Amino acid sequence: MDSVRNTLAIAGKELRSYFASPMGYILIGLFALLFGAFFRVYLTGFAERSQQMAMGGGAVNVNEWLIRGVLHNVAIIILFIMPMVTMRTYAEEKRSGTMELLLTSPITDLQIIVGKFLGAMGLFAAMLLVTAIDIAILFRIGNPELKPVLAGYLGLFLLGGSFLSVGLLISSLTKNQIVAGVMTFAVFLLLWIINWFADSVGPLGRTIVSFLSITEHLDDFTKGIIDTKHIIYYLSFITFGLFLTAKSVDSERWKG
Amino acid sequence: MIEVQHVTKQYGRVTAVDDVSFRVERGEILGFLGPNGAGKTTTMRIITGYMPATEGKALVAGYDVFTQPIEAKRRTGYLPETPPLYPDMTVREYLDFVARIKCVPPADRKNRVATVMQRTRIADMADRHCSKLSKGYRQRVGLAQALIHNPEVLILDEPTAGLDPKQIIETRQLIRELAGDHTIVISTHILPEVAQTCQRVVIINKGRVVAVDTPENLTARLTGAETLYVQLDAGGAEAGPALAAIPGVSRVLASDGGFEVESDRGTDVRRELARTIVNRGWGLLELRPMRMSLEEIFLQVTTDESAESAHQPDGATPAAEEASRG
Repeated sequence: MDSVRNTLAIAGKELRSYFASPMGYILIGLFALLFGAFFRVYLTGFAERSQQMAMGGGAVNVNEWLIRGVLHNVAIIILFIMPMVTMRTYAEEKRSGTMELLLTSPITDLQIIVGKFLGAMGLFAAMLLVTAIDIAILFRIGNPELKPVLAGYLGLFLLGGSFLSVGLLISSLTKNQIVAGVMTFAVFLLLWIINWFADSVGPLGRTIVSFLSITEHLDDFTKGIIDTKHIIYYLSFITFGLFLTAKSVDSERWKG
Repeated sequence: MIEVQHVTKQYGRVTAVDDVSFRVERGEILGFLGPNGAGKTTTMRIITGYMPATEGKALVAGYDVFTQPIEAKRRTGYLPETPPLYPDMTVREYLDFVARIKCVPPADRKNRVATVMQRTRIADMADRHCSKLSKGYRQRVGLAQALIHNPEVLILDEPTAGLDPKQIIETRQLIRELAGDHTIVISTHILPEVAQTCQRVVIINKGRVVAVDTPENLTARLTGAETLYVQLDAGGAEAGPALAAIPGVSRVLASDGGFEVESDRGTDVRRELARTIVNRGWGLLELRPMRMSLEEIFLQVTTDESAESAHQPDGATPAAEEASRG
């Protein structure tokens, strides 16, 4: 009971700190803008395509041709935006000395870490929620299937969580939030492009590399398939990231 | 209430704290005194559970800080050197957040926040952002934060650093008020602060405890002999040897245009001294007892012995010292 309350206290503080500065609004605005831009590009493409198909008497699946494409691109936007969400979480606490308050309070490191993670997830959820406006418009003018859309969002949410856990880890390693931001971005980029090398490393290597690639696992979600394999991948990724963050905070303690 | 047992802390090869042990009794104010870099902050961080000790252990209210951190931390309030404020929160929001993470029951939270704001006199700043506070208010909010869960133990790291004289007096007053209900450790490198607020002093230098006592005892213990300061309007070079010849006087040093006359402990040479001076026809301008100030004690205990032997008292030339030895 206490542990839940402590975790939520940290999460609430984190969430509030995003909105106490313009940062939260800028991130949500930027995300909505980019989402809208991709949405518009795909919508135009989709409209042209369905006109062509209509002449031949067929129809185009809106889920497959519109939503899936948008969600794939959104994964890339997330990759660019997430470093800005996590870069200050630990770095700033260390710089301003508030880390001393947290670490001398009767709460565990795990409660702090999970609290910070949930706070960042809260902001990310708000970002995703705003994009639901675009999807709602689509539902109003067309009739896409709901389930693949929800599956896609679940995938994005898990993907974002994985990025956040890595970002949190990197932020815990430095006092400087710019360093944290740049490092996080570099690591995300690496996680993203790793499957570009899949073809050049032989069949076994290919399996391994594409399994590791963080964006590869999103594919089934955007198709509307919720596979436990991918859910477990993302959840273990998040757990591992948070575990390493805990280790990093602990080692920082010993070093002083 | 607080027990520090043989605590050693090493950062890599550097030993910041070396086998430090001391106890603080319930309700006591302990001054933790030492030059900058002596290991005060490190020791405090170990007691508060911010960092573990390399060796030894610290107990707060009977709980080992390392093995039972939650229990120990529930009973500890800590004001670090820089108050740990969140710039984008208002004072009230900040204290409410601290109350949450210090496990203050939800029903009491509002009450506690109001109480500590009143106690530390920051109620008028309740709705101001922490980033907009002056140094004095930041310090007080820091203190309010340390008090929020009504801890049995308060650890205050240089609570008066950077304050103006009026604020310093107020802060010391507040600390004294808190003493009865709380066990307090304050660190400082300002000596009068210790004399004014603390019942006991631990002097630490280069990571080691060099003295533990009450401020009064320290002063008395380290003053081996009684010293008088005498100023004359005549006598010149004769005066020194003449004073040194008085029975009971152990040595005479020229200082500050007058003389420091040291006598054996327990003998009062003032009467003899005055008589000698008057008999010689010199004018006695000043005669007063000198006590060793805490500053001098501090220097004495924190300076190496090798450095001490090379040290000459102010204004005394080796020749004068030599001449005056009776």
